[in-house]
Amino acid sequence: MRHGGSAPPPTREITRDLTLPKLLVERVREFGDRRVAMREKEYGIWRSITWADYLARVRELALGLSTLGLRRGDKVALIGHNRPEGLWTEMAVLALGAVAVWIYQDALADEIQYIVDHSDARFAVGEGQEEVDKLLGIRERSPRLERILWDDPKGLRGYDDPVLLGLAEVMGTGARLADEDPERFDRMVAEGRGDDLALLFYTSGTSAQPKGALLSHLNLLKMGQHMMEVDPVSPSDDFVSFLPFAWIGEQMMSISCGLLAGFTINFPEEPETVQQNIREIAPQVIFSPPRIYEQMVRTTQVRHLDAPRLKRMVHDWGLGIGYAIADRRFARAPVPAYLRAAGALADVLVLRKLRDHLGLARVRDAYTGGAALGPDHFRFFHAIGVNLKQIYGQTEIAGISVLHRDGHVKFDTVGTPLPETEVRIAPDGEILSRGPCVFQGYHKMPEETARTLRDGWLHSGDIGFMDADGHLVVFDRRKDVMTLAGGSRFAPQYLETRLKFSPYIKDAWIIGDGRPYVAAVICIDAAVVGRWAEERHIAYLSYQDLSQKPEVRALVTEAVRRVNTGLPGEARVRRLVNLHKELDADDAELTRTRKLRRVFLEERYAEVAAGLYGEAPVIPITIIITYEDGRTSTSRIALHVVTVSPDAPGAAT
Amino acid sequence: MDPLVPRLRIADLFMAFGGVVALRGVSLEVHPGEILSVIGPNGAGKTVLLNCINGLYRPQRGRIFYDGQEITGRRPHERARLGLSRTFQKIELFLGMTVLDNIRLGRHVHMRTGLLQGAVYHGPAAREEEAHRAFIEREIIDLLEIHHVRDAVVGMLPYGIQKRVELARALALAPRLLLLDEPMAGLNLEETEDMARFIIEVNESDRWQVTCVLVEHDMGVVMDISHRVVVLNFGEKITEGSPAEVQANPEVVRAYLGEVEGIYATRR
Repeated sequence: MRHGGSAPPPTREITRDLTLPKLLVERVREFGDRRVAMREKEYGIWRSITWADYLARVRELALGLSTLGLRRGDKVALIGHNRPEGLWTEMAVLALGAVAVWIYQDALADEIQYIVDHSDARFAVGEGQEEVDKLLGIRERSPRLERILWDDPKGLRGYDDPVLLGLAEVMGTGARLADEDPERFDRMVAEGRGDDLALLFYTSGTSAQPKGALLSHLNLLKMGQHMMEVDPVSPSDDFVSFLPFAWIGEQMMSISCGLLAGFTINFPEEPETVQQNIREIAPQVIFSPPRIYEQMVRTTQVRHLDAPRLKRMVHDWGLGIGYAIADRRFARAPVPAYLRAAGALADVLVLRKLRDHLGLARVRDAYTGGAALGPDHFRFFHAIGVNLKQIYGQTEIAGISVLHRDGHVKFDTVGTPLPETEVRIAPDGEILSRGPCVFQGYHKMPEETARTLRDGWLHSGDIGFMDADGHLVVFDRRKDVMTLAGGSRFAPQYLETRLKFSPYIKDAWIIGDGRPYVAAVICIDAAVVGRWAEERHIAYLSYQDLSQKPEVRALVTEAVRRVNTGLPGEARVRRLVNLHKELDADDAELTRTRKLRRVFLEERYAEVAAGLYGEAPVIPITIIITYEDGRTSTSRIALHVVTVSPDAPGAAT
Repeated sequence: MDPLVPRLRIADLFMAFGGVVALRGVSLEVHPGEILSVIGPNGAGKTVLLNCINGLYRPQRGRIFYDGQEITGRRPHERARLGLSRTFQKIELFLGMTVLDNIRLGRHVHMRTGLLQGAVYHGPAAREEEAHRAFIEREIIDLLEIHHVRDAVVGMLPYGIQKRVELARALALAPRLLLLDEPMAGLNLEETEDMARFIIEVNESDRWQVTCVLVEHDMGVVMDISHRVVVLNFGEKITEGSPAEVQANPEVVRAYLGEVEGIYATRR
C-alpha cells in the first residue's frame, strides 16, 4: 500500500455525543501549539495558525456572537472565499449550536436572497465589500435578517449602516468575555449533541428551486471516519482549500476529514493565485470536481501546442509510456520489466515535471466527484502517475457513499461503497443508499424529503448498475437519460465528457431525447481556439465570429468525429452547431458547480435545438443582450449546422 | 504641517521649446489632501507642466514651491527624496525585470544600507530589506491587487496590469505628492474603474493620504474623482474650480471641445 505518513492518523470513535466543536477541542488538547492547523498565504508569506490559535479565534467569535443574540438552532448565512476567518466563523456558529449556511461566492443577488430568506437566517457574514454590498442589497426583501457582519475592512470605509458590524469587534467582545468567564465557551460546546444540525446546504439544483439539505454533526463526522478508514490521512499531510465552502466536498475535507485527521489546511492568497499556491504546497490529498482536472488537462494540452518540436516529441514519448503502463494496470495485467524501465526514464524526463507543474508532485490520493469525469481525462492522470480515484455521492449523504480503492481503479465505475454504507439498485435502476451519513431532510420541504428518503434509503435520482466486480456504474441522472425516437437509450453526460477532452471544446450539450438522432451544441474554448486561429492567420472579431468560422467548424467536427469512432452507431453525434456564446452560470445556463441545466437550455435555445433537426444549413437566431444598466439590444445572427458524415473524414457542410 | 501652506505652488511658469511656447506663465496651487486634475486639449502643456514639477524640464521662468520650500533648481532625484513621485503616460518600467523588482527600485530612495553592508547582508541590510518588502507587500501589492503577478516579468504582462505596476512603482517611494500622467489611457472600462478606485484609496485612506495631480483625458473619471480641476489651453490656464464649475464654464467648453455640447461625456 502506498499509505503511511510519518505519524499514524489519530483514531476516534464517533459517539452520539460527539460534535465537530468538541472534536476541535480534543484536537487542540492533543496538538496545542505544536502543530499547524492552517496556513494562509498573506503578503507573500505562508503564515501558520496553530491548533491553539484556531480554537482561540473560534472561542472569541462564538462568545462575541452569543452576545449579539445568536442562539442554538439559529441559521447563519456565510459568503466568502476560502480564508481561515471563514472556517473560524463557521466553527464558532457550530460551537454555539447554530447552523451554518454557506452561499456560493459568485451567487447573484436573487440567489442569495432566496437562500437567506428560505433558511430564516438571522445573521449573515460576508467577507468584504463585495459581499456586504450584495447583502445590503437584499436586506429590504429579507425582513428576518438582523445583522450583517464583515471581515475584511478594505473598501468599507464610509459604510455606517448600523446593521453592519466587523468581525474584529465581535472577537474583541468575545475575548473580554473569555477573560471574565474562561469556562463559558466549554459549557456552550458541551451542550451540543451529535444529532444537532450543523450545516445547511442549498443544492445547486439542475432544474427546480434550490433545496436545503440539512446535515447533522454525526453525519459529517461519520463521513470523515469512513474516508479515513479507506484512505488514512496523517496529521503531517497538507490539503489546499480553494473550492467553495458551499460545496459539500470542500466541507467534507476541511471540516470532517480536517478535524479527524488533523492535517494542515492551506488557504491560497487570492483566487488568482490558486494554481501557483497549490504548486507551492504540493498537497498529499486533493478532492475536486471534474472541472479542475479538466482544466489541468487543458493547461497541459495548450502548453503542448505551444512547445517546440523536440519538447513535444519527448513529451509524447514519455506520456505514451505512461499510458501503456496505466492501461496495463487498469487491465490488472503485469507490467513487463522493459516497460517499467522505460517508465522510470519517462518519469524523470516528462511525467514528474508534469505532476510538479500541476501541483500534484506529492499527491497520494486525488479524488474527483460531483459530476462525471471523462475516461480520457482519467487515463491521462493515471498515465502521469497520479492516483486519481472517482467518488460518488451527493450532499444528501454528507458527501460520498462510493469510492475507488487503491489498485482497483476502473475508469468507467465509481468504485465500491464506504464502510457502514449500503448501496443497492432499485428495480427501476435508481441508485439507493443507506447509512449513518444520510441527511436529516430538506429544510421546510417535507414532501421533497418524503420523496427522497424512504425507509432510510436515500433515493439519488441517478440511474446505474453494479458490475461483475461489485463496482457501481453511474449511468446518468434519471431524468437526463435519453431515448432516441428509434428506442435506443443513451447517457448524454457520457458523450459530453468525452467531447470535452478535446482542448478546443469547453462545453458540450447533447440533445436527442425523442428525436431521430443525437445532436450536439458545442461551446468552443475561446482561449485555445483563439490562439489556434491566430497561428493560422484567421482573423476574427468576437467569440461569436470565431465560433462560426469554417475552419473552426471543421476543427470541432474533427474532434467530434474522433469521439464518434469509439461509439455504437446510434449513439454517434450526427449533427452539431457551435454556439455563439459560452455557457454561463450567471445566465442560469449552468449550475454554480458547472453542470448543465438542461431544462432551461431546451427552453432558451429551442430554436437552435429545432434547427439541428431541420433541413436548413444555418439557424437564424435572435439574441438579446442586457447591459448592466438594464438597456438591451437585439441582433440577428446565423449559426452554421454541420453534418458529421459517418465515414469520409473532413467533409463538412 | 501648516494646512494653509500649499503642498505645491507654481508661480508664473514659462517654458518654450525653440519657437514653440508650451507654458505661458502658469500659476496654480495644490492643497494638501486633494486630487487636482489638469485637463486641456492635446498640446495644451499638461505633460510639460508635470515634467517641470518633477524636474525633468527646467522652466525658463517661474518658480515652484513644495511645502513652502522652493524646489525650482532641484534635480529630479532630490525632489523624489522630498516625497514627490510620478507615473508616466507611456509606461516607464524595466520590461525585463519582475514586478517585484520594479517596485523595489521605486523604494531605492529609502535604502539606508550601502553596497558594502549589502554584500555582507547579515544584520542591518537584511533587516532593512525585510522592512521594505513588508511595506511593499502590505501597502502596495495588496492595495493594487497584483499578488498573482508579483514574480512575473513585466514585459509579459497585459497593458492594464503594467499600468498598475507603474502606479505601484510610484507608490513605493511613499510619496506625499503623486503626479499621475494619464493613468487611464488605453484601459478598458473595468480597468479604468479599478484604477480610479486605487487613486481614491491612495488619496483618502489614513495610511496614504497622498495629494495627487492628475492629468487625464477621461472626463468621466476626472469629474468623478477630482476635488478641483485646472484647465489649460495653449499653455495658458483658462480657468480652475470644482468639477461642476469647470463643466459649466462656456470658455472651457469652447476651448476644450469646440462645438460639442457638454464636456462631461458620460461613461455609463
